[in-house]
Amino acid sequence: MRKIIKDGAIVEDSWIHVADDAALPAEGDIIVSWTRWQQEPDTLLKRNGRLGVQATGDVAPEDLAADRDKFSLIALEFPAFKDGRCYSHARLLRDRYGYRGELRAVGDVLRDQLFYMHRVGFNAFEVREDRDPEQALQALKDFDVIYQAAADVHEPVWRRRRSA
Amino acid sequence: MYIYDQYDQALVDQRVAQFRDQTRRFLAGELSEEEFRPLRLMNGLYIQRWAPMLRVSIPYGLLSSEQLRRLARIARTYDKGYGHFTTRQNIQYNWPALEKVPDILAELAEVQMHAIQTSGNCIRNISSDHLAGVADDEIEDPRPYCEIIRQWATLHPEFSYLPRKFKIAVSGSQKDRAATQVHDIGLQLVRNEQGEVGFEVLVGGGLGRTPIIGAVIRKFLPKRHLLSYLEAILRVYNLYGRRDNLYKSRIKILVKSLGPEIFAKQVEQEWEYLRDDAALTLENADIERMQQFFTLPDYDANAADDTRHEQQREEDPNFARWLAHNVLPHKQRGYRAVFVSLKAPGRAPGDMTDEQMEAVAELADRFSFGEARVSHTQNLVLADVRQADLYELWQALKAQGLATPNIGTVTDMICCPGLDFCSLANAGSIGIAEQINEKFDDLDYLYDLGPVRINMSGCMNACGHHHVAHIGILGVDKKGVEYYQITLGGTSGNDAALGDRVGPAVGKDEVADIIGRILKVYAEHREEGEPFLDTYRRIGLTPFKERIYA
Repeated sequence: MRKIIKDGAIVEDSWIHVADDAALPAEGDIIVSWTRWQQEPDTLLKRNGRLGVQATGDVAPEDLAADRDKFSLIALEFPAFKDGRCYSHARLLRDRYGYRGELRAVGDVLRDQLFYMHRVGFNAFEVREDRDPEQALQALKDFDVIYQAAADVHEPVWRRRRSA
Repeated sequence: MYIYDQYDQALVDQRVAQFRDQTRRFLAGELSEEEFRPLRLMNGLYIQRWAPMLRVSIPYGLLSSEQLRRLARIARTYDKGYGHFTTRQNIQYNWPALEKVPDILAELAEVQMHAIQTSGNCIRNISSDHLAGVADDEIEDPRPYCEIIRQWATLHPEFSYLPRKFKIAVSGSQKDRAATQVHDIGLQLVRNEQGEVGFEVLVGGGLGRTPIIGAVIRKFLPKRHLLSYLEAILRVYNLYGRRDNLYKSRIKILVKSLGPEIFAKQVEQEWEYLRDDAALTLENADIERMQQFFTLPDYDANAADDTRHEQQREEDPNFARWLAHNVLPHKQRGYRAVFVSLKAPGRAPGDMTDEQMEAVAELADRFSFGEARVSHTQNLVLADVRQADLYELWQALKAQGLATPNIGTVTDMICCPGLDFCSLANAGSIGIAEQINEKFDDLDYLYDLGPVRINMSGCMNACGHHHVAHIGILGVDKKGVEYYQITLGGTSGNDAALGDRVGPAVGKDEVADIIGRILKVYAEHREEGEPFLDTYRRIGLTPFKERIYA
């Protein structure tokens, strides 16, 4: 089983990515594409097992949010690590739409972006296959001080200073 | 000036450790060049024509003497003994070794400096007015807001992989000296009808290959909402800015394609969600706390009584010239703001040696409360000098070659490093500046011409702001030969305008000569006391064009 980072630890991934043209497994937790979710929502909801959906930055966060109570997991895809749209999508899902399920970063997910991804609300990371997730995990400890509020810390530094 | 507390210091220290590890992994082959690139850029490190280039952040252009001494030490220890000040009030080193950059960043962190976000597709250094706090036309000192924005923007997790770079400028005066209309966001402090001070918000200005003047999207933003509004603009840009084409990915293209009204509507819609977020709201106490870092220095109340500089001016015509051109009035009686000219003949504009930096640090300690500023025209400013000290200061600056009395004249050029250093450049800049300096060595002629802004960029990325110059020079490459395109009539002031192209590019050897012809046309057509820009606006391009291509 593949190892991923989840909630600050390395864990075995219990979820299965199912390709658009592959048959749905009878049991188990699966992640399907946003396209597939739109094509066969009823079939997907009737299965035994939890449902996750994977979306690129092209899928509007408000569309994802509209169905959020159907998903136990939302995977946002970084086609290249420089495509930063999903940083905003993650924050909107967490802070505006109150999504509390697993929010997973997939695609070109590398150590040096992990700290920011964590801050905007991702709690799970499929680190790119050729990289060591143990090493990537260290990135979450790169900084113990931050200036601005985000999905993780709601108190910016200027508010902490008020009581100083 | 702003002094770091434990949070600020911890952040820059941890940033150094992070980049040290990233550099180690890159050199060990664990990070590809493509992966390392944005990481090094967000620490100011470019790979240039001959060597890496490191751009160090000077927030809103303000430096303590201790920081300036450290910049000198870095120039001496890690570079070839000089640095280059930029139009965004930063400093660039052209010769650091890549593996030494973490050490340089550690040296900077020791004096509360960094190179964070001086490049990359993120929010860059916040720039401002070099006369902030001392200008008599100031509504309010912009620097507390610059520092608030700096902290909000630093390592912002949502806005570090934007479609493209993002530049913010803040001006607190009626006269815009911070080029706010050619920034991604320009913030202008204004007073509304109720007497309340807030911000006018402009977006979508910028130079580069598609120069655009920014549009006002909000006439009045209360201070408390500064950060929530910025967050709304950045979010709209991050979500909808183009990522498919490098040349169409700046916010100006988004604003232009939607139209400023629609863009403003989108921002306001986003802001509706954010405006009452306590984590983005500045209380008066937060602003006042920041303002306490930028209080007035301990001015000598009797400074105006000592008028020895008037007699010195009578006796020494060289001093008189310097006073007339490099020294500005001050809101405090008996004080002046002094330009340290980095435009001496024979030197690349904006360059300064380690020895000069140390000398100016010393002079800042003696004569200007231990602070210096960088102007966007690539000079330094000692902002709080007693009039009685001017003569002594002038002599000391003169001894260092820093008193060329040419501020605001033809030879006070803005100039990028050009082909000599930059891997993007199409043509040389420094050589052209030299050519112009050689041709216009008669100061009396320059004074007679009055304020003329010449800006020079070595490529269309426009680091030298050529579009907003009275006379702009753009280096282009035609089949491996350097040519120069001339524009006329631009300005980055309140009446911001982009220059008009006069016609086909001219050869390298002709540039100074053509500038000479342009200035002759002006001198022939000007009315009594009429500055270059006004004459140009009155008579238009044709008379200049006729003479240039005659």
